[in-house]
Amino acid sequence: MGIFILKRLAEFIPVLLAIVTLTFFLVRLAPGGPFDTEKRVSPEVLAQLEAHYDMDKPLHRQYFQYLKGLVRLDFGPSYKKPARTVGQWLLLRLPVSIELGLYGLLFALGLGLSAGILASFKPNSLLDHSVMTIAMMGICIPAFVLGPVLVLVFALWTDWLPVMGWISPAHKILPSITLGAGYAAYIARMARGGMLETLVQDFIRTARAKGMKESRVILRHGLRSGIQPVVAFLGPAVAGLLTGSFVVETIFVVPGLGREFVESAFNRDYTMISGAVLVYALLVMSLNLLSDIALAVLDPRIREQ
Amino acid sequence: MIVFMNQIKSWQYPLRIASILVVSLLCGCFSNLAREANVLQIGNGAEVQELDPHIVSGVTEHRVLSALFEGLTDCDSTTLEPLPAAAKAWEVSPDGLFYRFILRESAQWSNGDPVTARDFVYAWKRILSPALASEYAYMLYCLENGRDFNEGRISDFSAVGVKAEDDLTLAVTLERPTPYFLAMQNHFAWYPVHRATIEKHGRMDERGTQWTRPGEMVSNGPFLLHSWLPNELLSVRKNPRYWDAASVQLSGIDYHPIDNLQTEDRAFRSGLIQLTSTIPLQRVEGYRKKNPAVLNLLPYYGSYFYRINVTRPPFDQQAVRKAFALSLDREELVTNVLKGGETAAFSYVPPGAGDYSCSYPLSFDVEEARRLLASAGYPQGKGFPTVDILYNTSESHRIVAETIQRMWRENLGVEVRLLNQDWKVYLSALNTLDYDLARSAWIGDVADPVNFLECFQSDVGNNRTGWSSEDYDRLLEEAYTSSDEVKRLALLEEAEKLLLEECPVIPIYFYTWKFLKAPELQGIAPNILGYIRWKDLFLAEEKG
Repeated sequence: MGIFILKRLAEFIPVLLAIVTLTFFLVRLAPGGPFDTEKRVSPEVLAQLEAHYDMDKPLHRQYFQYLKGLVRLDFGPSYKKPARTVGQWLLLRLPVSIELGLYGLLFALGLGLSAGILASFKPNSLLDHSVMTIAMMGICIPAFVLGPVLVLVFALWTDWLPVMGWISPAHKILPSITLGAGYAAYIARMARGGMLETLVQDFIRTARAKGMKESRVILRHGLRSGIQPVVAFLGPAVAGLLTGSFVVETIFVVPGLGREFVESAFNRDYTMISGAVLVYALLVMSLNLLSDIALAVLDPRIREQ
Repeated sequence: MIVFMNQIKSWQYPLRIASILVVSLLCGCFSNLAREANVLQIGNGAEVQELDPHIVSGVTEHRVLSALFEGLTDCDSTTLEPLPAAAKAWEVSPDGLFYRFILRESAQWSNGDPVTARDFVYAWKRILSPALASEYAYMLYCLENGRDFNEGRISDFSAVGVKAEDDLTLAVTLERPTPYFLAMQNHFAWYPVHRATIEKHGRMDERGTQWTRPGEMVSNGPFLLHSWLPNELLSVRKNPRYWDAASVQLSGIDYHPIDNLQTEDRAFRSGLIQLTSTIPLQRVEGYRKKNPAVLNLLPYYGSYFYRINVTRPPFDQQAVRKAFALSLDREELVTNVLKGGETAAFSYVPPGAGDYSCSYPLSFDVEEARRLLASAGYPQGKGFPTVDILYNTSESHRIVAETIQRMWRENLGVEVRLLNQDWKVYLSALNTLDYDLARSAWIGDVADPVNFLECFQSDVGNNRTGWSSEDYDRLLEEAYTSSDEVKRLALLEEAEKLLLEECPVIPIYFYTWKFLKAPELQGIAPNILGYIRWKDLFLAEEKG
């Protein structure tokens, strides 16, 4: 197991290097630069700006300079938001996105698992059908519709929750629900499917035949195998929750990394784009690794492989 | 039965979640109540990128900086006439080239240091320093040798036209008469900065140092920086050391950075903010019907127009350009499509700045347009090549482009295609003249027509049409050096007439300053620059 993890970690380095290199050159290939504005700056000022940020040097030298910085964890200055360096911006934004993603995940797991397991008790019953219909709706309704509808109901009509912001726990409820809803629906469908498959298997019948309490049969034997699809889905889901929060962050004015990333792409803030891509890449890779480890822990068959 | 028992157990999860929700909900209600009294809450559009007046370039930053800093003069928010601010008095030489400002003895920095003439000299040297690479340094090109210093042709700042004669006397020499020089002084490019604070955190010409952080920043305006949580909230509070603190009525301002228009609208409806930065296009009609008291649509010094690339056929022919300009029903566009109080633009420079008006406007004349198009070799649009309208991706630009596409099809029989591009790709296409027709806009920095007209001089980076005219350049040069205001405006009008005749641009509409304002907020005066003088504002309920 230890060797497996080490091997996977060693794979990170070439992949990250490839991502850094691709991003570095691709963003510079896109038309337009960080200092293009509606009111055009004079060629003299443009030259001054480029000199200030070492952009007047040959591209390969800029690239090696950037790599050298990365080794020292220096992501460079932000061209459009000079008040902080890219590293400082990432440190400021990432925790917010992680917090939002975590709440979204908790909501998705809490609601998705309970709904899925509930529906699997009596397949094709009214309860099953209604839970699954709601889940299907959850998958179909995008965040940019769900968010404003939730705001309309819980903030504007009833005045129970704030419209936007990320200050008190109350501010965090609607964004977390909006972010988690789609995933809750997926998880519900997967949990139901997994449970249905498991509950007809021989080891469950054996457990029942031995006179084990039904709650124990389901929670101890059924759940362990039944939620495997959900666990496998968690890696990509968490990555999706963390990296896909742009819409939710925009609707609710959450100061997270998703907004920063998309804005930096629009602004051609080269260093900020590269920094954000690097952080996201690292996140996705680590989460996939974690999800593989979790699967191995749950399933002895995978462990043996 | 056993299954039923299990169902109850699994229901406990949602119950627990629900109880957590209720508790947090109560916290939320209390947190909403805890708003500070007499602090104005406003939506401020995009996030403030920096608070260094010599680095920033946007409207959102201007709104914060105009509360934190004060220039030599301020503007009356109705007439836009200069008012004494850091300078209590000034004299101007008859030729308009020399100004002497007498500073206020009582003006202080927020740390108690006096605001002196040397602070202004230092600040202007800083913004003009080539190494700082300020995007707004050109505002100071009207100073004698200002441009030469900024572009590195001279390195001795003492040759630039600004001197501190003593602590309280500032002498300024201009390159050429600039009638709006005084009115320009409340623009952030001209603000003084506190030398000791800047140099505590880095070199004079270093970008992005820590001096703009709360607790570090020293400023001289009616408010001072209280906190700055990027993308969350920026708060300023009343500056007790401000020389005119007695007439500042608000205790503070909270700027909420909300770049999503719909979210800002919802924040206003929920009462979270009392002033918005704009209004979503589709909401204007609803407010007009249901809540007109909060709706504000005021004339604004901004022009929405299409640029034409005159280097590409068929638009290299003046007749074709003019035909396109004459065949737009602008009134229909503003009343039936935009509906946001915009006015149809038959000239390029918006009205409202002093005595300037254009007496040779374009018209809506389909007959003449068809005749011109036929004279260029395209009768009823026959044989006209397919051309594109380029616009940056945005819902409102698309709606305008679609309407104009229909008008040209119906009135001229020509087919144009719509082409939308990401903002930077669009700018790049404009800069390299890789387009046929392109959506464009210009918002005046100062209330003077020259600010609009100088964009189309031959050697100017903002031209972006390939059009040049020696006559046009000559008229503007004459206007620059004229110290007779009536003659200057006549020259500018002559230049605009030439521009409208040649049509490298097609004026479409003039912007409105659109915002929602809660009834309790008082003191915002209509003016074409959208200037809010923060020290004039007050919240009626709390004042009474």
